[in-house]
Amino acid sequence: MVKREKKIIIIGGGLAGLATALKVCESKMKAVLVSYQPLKRSHSVCAQGGINAAIDTKGEGDSPEIHFYDTVKGGDFLAHQPPVRDMCYQAPAIIRLMDRMGVAFNRTPEGHLEFRRFGGTLFSRTAFAGATTGQQLVYALDEQVRRYEHDGLVEKLEWHEYLGAVIDSGGICRGAVVHDLRTGSIFTLKGDAVVLATGGPGQLYSRSTGSTVCTGSAATSAYLQGAKYANGEFIQIHPTAIPGLDKLRLMSESARGEGGRIWVPRKRDDDRDPLDIPDEERYYFLEENHPLFGNLVPRDVASREIHDVVYNKKLGVGGDAMVYLDLTHHTKEYLDNRLGGILDIYEKFTGEDPHKVPMKIFPAVHYSMGGLWVDYETDGHGMIDHRSPRNQMTSITGLYAAGEAEYQYHGANRLGANSLLSCIYAGLLAGPCIHSYTQHLDKAPEDVSSSVYDDARRHWESRFQEIRSLNGNENPYSLHQELGESLLANVLIVRTNNKLKETLKTIDDIETRAKQVNCLDTSDWANPTPSFINQLYNMIHLSRIITQGALVRDECRGAHFKPEFALEQPDRFDPHEYIDYIEKSHYEDVAETDFAPGHLTYMKQFEEKENHWRKSTIAQFKNNCPDISFEEVDASLVTPRPRKYD
Amino acid sequence: MSNNEIELKIKRQDGPESSPYWERFSVPYKPHSNVIFCLQEIQRRPINADGKDVRPVVWECNCLEEVCGSCTMVINGKVRQSCTALTDQLKQPIVLEPMSKFPVVRDLQVDRSRMFENLKKVKAWVKIDGTYDIGEGPVVSQTDRNKAYDLSQCMTCGCCLEACPQFQLNNDFLGAASFSQVRYFNLHPTGAMNRDERLESVMGEGGIADCGNAQVCVEVCPKNIPLTESIAEIGRQTTWEIFKKLFFK
Repeated sequence: MVKREKKIIIIGGGLAGLATALKVCESKMKAVLVSYQPLKRSHSVCAQGGINAAIDTKGEGDSPEIHFYDTVKGGDFLAHQPPVRDMCYQAPAIIRLMDRMGVAFNRTPEGHLEFRRFGGTLFSRTAFAGATTGQQLVYALDEQVRRYEHDGLVEKLEWHEYLGAVIDSGGICRGAVVHDLRTGSIFTLKGDAVVLATGGPGQLYSRSTGSTVCTGSAATSAYLQGAKYANGEFIQIHPTAIPGLDKLRLMSESARGEGGRIWVPRKRDDDRDPLDIPDEERYYFLEENHPLFGNLVPRDVASREIHDVVYNKKLGVGGDAMVYLDLTHHTKEYLDNRLGGILDIYEKFTGEDPHKVPMKIFPAVHYSMGGLWVDYETDGHGMIDHRSPRNQMTSITGLYAAGEAEYQYHGANRLGANSLLSCIYAGLLAGPCIHSYTQHLDKAPEDVSSSVYDDARRHWESRFQEIRSLNGNENPYSLHQELGESLLANVLIVRTNNKLKETLKTIDDIETRAKQVNCLDTSDWANPTPSFINQLYNMIHLSRIITQGALVRDECRGAHFKPEFALEQPDRFDPHEYIDYIEKSHYEDVAETDFAPGHLTYMKQFEEKENHWRKSTIAQFKNNCPDISFEEVDASLVTPRPRKYD
Repeated sequence: MSNNEIELKIKRQDGPESSPYWERFSVPYKPHSNVIFCLQEIQRRPINADGKDVRPVVWECNCLEEVCGSCTMVINGKVRQSCTALTDQLKQPIVLEPMSKFPVVRDLQVDRSRMFENLKKVKAWVKIDGTYDIGEGPVVSQTDRNKAYDLSQCMTCGCCLEACPQFQLNNDFLGAASFSQVRYFNLHPTGAMNRDERLESVMGEGGIADCGNAQVCVEVCPKNIPLTESIAEIGRQTTWEIFKKLFFK
């Protein structure tokens, strides 16, 4: 029997998509790579600081196990632990692979890989290429994919947009509907499996560190087709970005990893030149409040501290929403070698030289820990079965997801330099797992009734015809901005139920008005407007998932912070006390006097909160709204405990 | 011209075969704004300076922080990225044109697929054995790494080719970006194993010998890539290759 060639449709050309494509080709399957724009331009290029792997080249005692612990602790114990553990154990091999591809990683004097510090860990675990690590990793994977394209194993469809999955009557994904962004034609691609490596949803907030393609539209489309969307309310706010009108440009955490210090003048409205303010009159609030981790506390903690200093203590620089990020104590040569790329960008956009004056920065929406729910399978001993067809599969059979589009690896808060890792890891994992899936597939796409494809195409054709005929009085781009402003105001660092309810009403209102948009451009060639209107509809649904999830979750966890439900950690509390308490409570009644005053009460409250809330939020599309339910989190490897970074 | 507005003059074109035309716009002034912000304002209020409703201007962009290479266009006569083109530093009306060395798709959007095809021609990759964990990469000195990093930041934006007198819409010249990639991969210990085939690819028509040495590529590169050094280096490498063929084969 002649073996038929399997065809895998990969949507997205960032790190996750490219890594999947490589493994698909190595498994002797054909990859069709669909991208909104030419490859090499995806949002992964914006990642700056580095990629984590516990290789311990400096004798600090780091190990993949500690990397795993730091990651689940950073994520406030919301991530399923087996997949996170596997990712951390695979990390050194991933770095070695990227190094073999020729990534220009920074080097030690002996010529080996150099590592630096990053947030949420005390170890030098982050490999880096100047401060353009994401760009360098994308290029390396892109080059390998180009080599496969040259050999005929990869077919690229650039300037094509994914609209939806082709799902047959048995609920199995048999291909994808795509939109040619030049000719405007809509057609189906037949495939054995489809992978969504389509990135995050930064554009929901209108201004974020995200690129313009980061609309979350593809993942939302899968949700609208029945896929589960998980942990949507966990949106990472990066503590340091350059304020801007069109974008909030990231200022990498590596700036702090290389010794950058965050401060504000101690005196309110101190209008002196920052260089004239003596050290004792500067408030290094992260260092003072978190002596152990200092400027390298995790992002959720740092953003909340900055928010507090600016809005509660009113100590923002010049009375504005800004704090200093100071690198001026380093030499120019050191900074250019370690942070090459980002300091030039700061200077280009602000006109100020960060080698000489402290940068002015503020938190910005950066990353979605939530995303499409994806499965995993263990071998029964807590280890991931690397060949299981279930790994990275969404709740729709045959539809996979990898990278920021899915929710698997970061829990309630992602640690810096773990996103590049999770993208590449998930992509490399998905390839062989999809191969296993295709081995047991009941039929080839060619044997699926052609009406399944025709119906899917017709659905989208009529959808776009409808969009083109819209001639109301609302401007889709302005409406998008309004949606973003509302989320920026109410679904950010500090959340309250009143504001969240208000936002849901605003979203409803925007949805109604979105039916009255004007399709400003109805021409047939290279016309981005209809496509944007479709994305806007998806962004409205995704905003609702995020806001509804935030409203329902009455607790504080990682990036999700509701002061009303905050538990005050008592003084001199050690998280290990909680482990003792849990151990003890298995055998006997624990007495108040076993711990320092107030500690047991706190731990009991914490335990109750954990039992109730340490669950994945699952949103499913029902009656035009997200229907929210909760799923148990696999915490079988490390006992969850209160987080502490000082 | 009012101080509260930013004036723009944009060269538009409906499709590859249509003729271009100019259209003027004005958008509200905002301090620290860039050209992208102006184009976004036009999307939000697509009305030209004559008060006529028009279709929003089409352009290409993504990262908005000069690392993806998408938003390259000719701004006040100079090729550059529109995200880092700050309006406070630009003479008004700000004149926007698509790059002239690539086919126009629509308005300010051009088709740069030739650049990506060239990366295939010059075999711009390191030939690895596969993605399995077969150990570390080669040891690379800090000096060599720094040299490589300077070259590896090329974002295929096309500025060097737009400025190059030799690179034309209808010829086969590879251009500085490709030559620099050849140098980059020949510098890598594993990449160097396929040095010969890469050099071969730049020795034919449209290759390194066609470079007219105008040296403008290096002036317009937004990432300060030492392109003229790369051209000189690849010139040397190809000459040595010819010499080797003549005398040792």
